[in-house]
Amino acid sequence: MADTAITVVGARKKYGNGKDVKHALDGLDLTVARGAVHGVLGPNGAGKTTLIRILSTLLRPDAGRVEVAGHDVVREAYEVRRRIGLLGQHAAVDEELSGYQNLEMFGRLYHLGARHARVRAGELLERFGLADTGRKAVKQYSGGMRRRLDLAASLIIDPEVLFLDEPTTGLDPRGRAEVWASVRSLAGGGTTVLLTTQYLEEADQLADRISVVDQGRIAAEGTADELKALTGGDRIDVVLRDAGHLGTAVALLPVPKDGITVDADRRLLSAPVTDRMAALAGVVRALEEAGIEAEDVALRRPTLDEVFLHLTADRAKEAA
Amino acid sequence: MTTHALTDSWTMTRRELAHWARQPVQVAVNVAFPVMLLVMFGYLIGGGRAVTGDYIDYLLPGMLALTMAFGLEGTMIAVTEDLNKGVIDRFRSMPMTNGAVLVGRSVADMLQSALALAVLIGVGLALGWRAHGGPVAFLGGVGLLLLFRFAMLWIGIHLAMVAGRTELVQAVQILVWPVGFLSNAIATPEAMPGWLGTVVQWNPMSQTATAVRDLFGNPGGEAGHVWAAVVWPLVLLAVFFPLAVRRFARLSR
Repeated sequence: MADTAITVVGARKKYGNGKDVKHALDGLDLTVARGAVHGVLGPNGAGKTTLIRILSTLLRPDAGRVEVAGHDVVREAYEVRRRIGLLGQHAAVDEELSGYQNLEMFGRLYHLGARHARVRAGELLERFGLADTGRKAVKQYSGGMRRRLDLAASLIIDPEVLFLDEPTTGLDPRGRAEVWASVRSLAGGGTTVLLTTQYLEEADQLADRISVVDQGRIAAEGTADELKALTGGDRIDVVLRDAGHLGTAVALLPVPKDGITVDADRRLLSAPVTDRMAALAGVVRALEEAGIEAEDVALRRPTLDEVFLHLTADRAKEAA
Repeated sequence: MTTHALTDSWTMTRRELAHWARQPVQVAVNVAFPVMLLVMFGYLIGGGRAVTGDYIDYLLPGMLALTMAFGLEGTMIAVTEDLNKGVIDRFRSMPMTNGAVLVGRSVADMLQSALALAVLIGVGLALGWRAHGGPVAFLGGVGLLLLFRFAMLWIGIHLAMVAGRTELVQAVQILVWPVGFLSNAIATPEAMPGWLGTVVQWNPMSQTATAVRDLFGNPGGEAGHVWAAVVWPLVLLAVFFPLAVRRFARLSR
């Protein structure tokens, strides 16, 4: 078997016609290695959900080649469906039935056989902490419980590839931590995971590689570190006691002058650095010599937020 | 892929039965509604119609046919609700037989309609209605009614997928009344203006009602309508069954 779990080449999908046409995917390319956790990061309307729906055979692409677990999602949809799990944005379970009835039904539809389906339903309820409420109708479940049941349903077979569409949207911090733990343990077991998210932190925490999607295309791709390097590497942040000294500090600190940003409200001065330790020592010494009091001096990597804004701002400029 | 068609359809039928078990009141209401109509027309409105014999003998086969026609609405509501639920996405992302969802729906609806027929016939018997055609003809009549219901079922499934929204279901819910009553279910075409009588006689539901009356030996029956009561539903099925199945397979939202 090939070592890629997901191959997308030139995928296009548009909605509507004529003037109202919207290109949800506009020539998107993506390759995900087997066993990897891949994050797809983008704002609302970037095409993340369309991508997930195409990968999980719910939607046909207008053009392009899309393969999941070695099979074409259009021509061999059945083969793809035997190998994937899907956790959509909205709970995809039968609200009228109990958690147990749902899982048992899905087990039968995965052709586990009646007996195995019952056993599997029990196991999954146990594993996701739903054993006590397994007989209650799902419509009485809390949001977090519903999400856990939904995740359990997407793991009835051990899927080769698992799709998670904004898996933690709308969950409280505890629910989010639970989902994160599940994803990590699945990835540890060799499942390929593709997850979309609007939360940069989530992509940073979970994904080996991240694709930034904007306007139906990949704007950038790499590890979190690679993406951070795209905006010019490390920065030093200096918070002064007195905002009045900001101007003096900009003039005398031993940092490249272009690229310094100043935030007077927060009494913050931020500058790109190349040699981390030399810059830190130089800045502290210069402040001391000038008698400027600092509250805080810190080196930091750029956040993914900055990377993201940087990348999408570039695209916006190109388009203009 | 096809080897699982039967088990998948059975699983989806079990799902509908489980819904019933959780909502017995809904099922009871569905079955009680035609009984209410029968009593309403038999005692409150009916009586002095231009029909030979007891009005209940004329009315009951008509009410049976009307109940089958109104089933369209129930099917359409159920399918529309289902399509708007997230669970349909999960079904469609699973390696199950395409259309097992629809088969489950149709088996469950046919069971519910059979139950409604049995209850309605029981109430009819209590009110003095009798079939005079013998057991074979009686079963033939019931068969024609269920065949007609089966045609209504697939029209309902197709309309639900075409309309797709709950607001449009309401329009059909209202339209089903004039269409249902533009038939000989409760009044004879002879008592209507000429043009209306013609429309009424061409209504497939009238064909079923007339044939069933014939087979039950009830007034209003005419020999020679059985073929029409077989052909009409089959024609409707030949049109709407493939349309519905194709539409479901291509469903993508």
